[in-house]
Amino acid sequence: MIEIRIHGRGGQGGVVASEILAKAFFKEGKYIQAFPHFGVERRGAPVAAFVRVGEPGSLFVRTNIYEPDHIIVLDPTLLTAVNVMEGLKPGGWIVVNTPQDPEELIKDVGIPPTYKVATVDATSIALKHRLGNRMNPIVNTAILGAFSRAFGAPSLENLLEAIREEVPVKPEENAAAAKEAYESTKILIPQEV
Amino acid sequence: MKLIEKSQYTVLKGNYAVAYGVKLARVEVISAYPITPQTTISEKLADMTATGELKARFITVESEHSAISAVIASSLAGARSFTATASQGLALMHEMLHWATGARAPVVMVNVNRALAPSWNIWTEQTDSLAQRDTGWLQIYNESNQEVLDTTILAFKIAERVYLPTMVVLDAFILSHTSEPVEIYPQELVDEFLPPYEHPNAINFDDPRAIGAFARPDYYMEFRYNIQKAHEEALRVFKEETELFAEMFGRKYDTVEEFMLDDADYVLVLAGSTATTAKYAVAQLRERGEKVGIMRIKLFRPFPVEDVRRVLSGRKKVAVIDRNLSFGHSGIFYMETKAAMYGAKDRPPIFGYVAGLGGRDIRPQDIIDMYEDMKRREEPENIIWKGVRV
Repeated sequence: MIEIRIHGRGGQGGVVASEILAKAFFKEGKYIQAFPHFGVERRGAPVAAFVRVGEPGSLFVRTNIYEPDHIIVLDPTLLTAVNVMEGLKPGGWIVVNTPQDPEELIKDVGIPPTYKVATVDATSIALKHRLGNRMNPIVNTAILGAFSRAFGAPSLENLLEAIREEVPVKPEENAAAAKEAYESTKILIPQEV
Repeated sequence: MKLIEKSQYTVLKGNYAVAYGVKLARVEVISAYPITPQTTISEKLADMTATGELKARFITVESEHSAISAVIASSLAGARSFTATASQGLALMHEMLHWATGARAPVVMVNVNRALAPSWNIWTEQTDSLAQRDTGWLQIYNESNQEVLDTTILAFKIAERVYLPTMVVLDAFILSHTSEPVEIYPQELVDEFLPPYEHPNAINFDDPRAIGAFARPDYYMEFRYNIQKAHEEALRVFKEETELFAEMFGRKYDTVEEFMLDDADYVLVLAGSTATTAKYAVAQLRERGEKVGIMRIKLFRPFPVEDVRRVLSGRKKVAVIDRNLSFGHSGIFYMETKAAMYGAKDRPPIFGYVAGLGGRDIRPQDIIDMYEDMKRREEPENIIWKGVRV
């Protein structure tokens, strides 16, 4: 069972991202579970959503994810605002929406060398595809393109199909943003990993 | 080609699994009032009725009391009827829950288990539905979204055979807002399982009659006797219909689910979605050589006394884990399990744990802790609090 935690701010689409990601894995024959951090979230406040992926028939649990295998961060300001790396298992991916290269981000935020880092400028990509606006860009589909590239799954094809099925508006623009993010993701795997 | 092969596999939240179950059951009248975490059930059904995907009348109302009143009336008029609520909403319905039973209206309601206020809390706890224990409704608890869809369909079949209202229960957020794979069956197959609803004494303007009429002491008791007999019948009907369901849909449910119980000395008893986490924990304990299993209570009313006795008799110890509490006594599944075991042969000591109130997470380690605590203890206690700060 792989556990993924998605960090965003209320209104950014982190919960929908968890559902799209789960559905893309489901298309690959995996058993999945996706759920929000259950609360009374307000726009702009830090929020989390969770995805579990496993083989069909494997035993799952129904709790929050405390020790994720990987994390996805929709807003780079969260890296310093909340402890997004809390409980993250060594060797895990940190996929971040930021214009910075992984090297710069690692130095800036102090990411330990036990983690793999992928960055993508999902905000610029979202705006280019007219997803949201400058005050509130909708980056949830673009960042999933970066996750697919970094983690190697779900396949871009299944991800795009899940996006087209799940997003409430602009399915083609969202799919195009995910594809562009997939192609422009920058990756750094430290030697320790 | 077999009909079941035309099933569609998709990813659904628990609340949408309810809505698809209602749609497949060809419900004719829906009335509901929004309340977190039930709201998305009403929203989805309102969508389905607005687009014509579900040919039903959706009656909007100003309160849960009116919602249940509306569907009691439509049920008595001969329409398959549905409502959904949670927590305070269910509490507000209380008076009319008795009414539905007394009038023998086979309404189906989904209750999303949510803690009662104050303190205000929207998260899961079973006390809201269990507090309606004596209203005469059938109550069925669920562990997964697939089970929620299946049980919604089953509930109509059972309710309409015994003319008793039936409550289908799922956990707030842990099921209601969690997405997981669900098989949606072909309509023709559900039609075959669940024929159209017919009420033998449906309200008919050409043949008027009074319903819920006055009954003096010389008649009232017979009405109550008939309701009790219908509950006893419901236990048999539940068995029959879950067996037919298994034949037709390939999923077998029972009054209680038995997990890793074959050679188990110790049994954990619980209901609802916590069972998933408990199974994970028990599988770990099994790897360590511990002889432990789980009995998950699915049917709460009528209470499956014989099955509970069959499963628990002769075990070394039993722990009941309650996500609910009857103040002044104990957890409610604990109380019921203990009462069912009174007079049974080879009755094991039964320990009562209370955990996860108001949505506090119950993690695999919590289950393991409670198991080990039970093993250590000599004398059973009514309430052993798990994780409370005192």
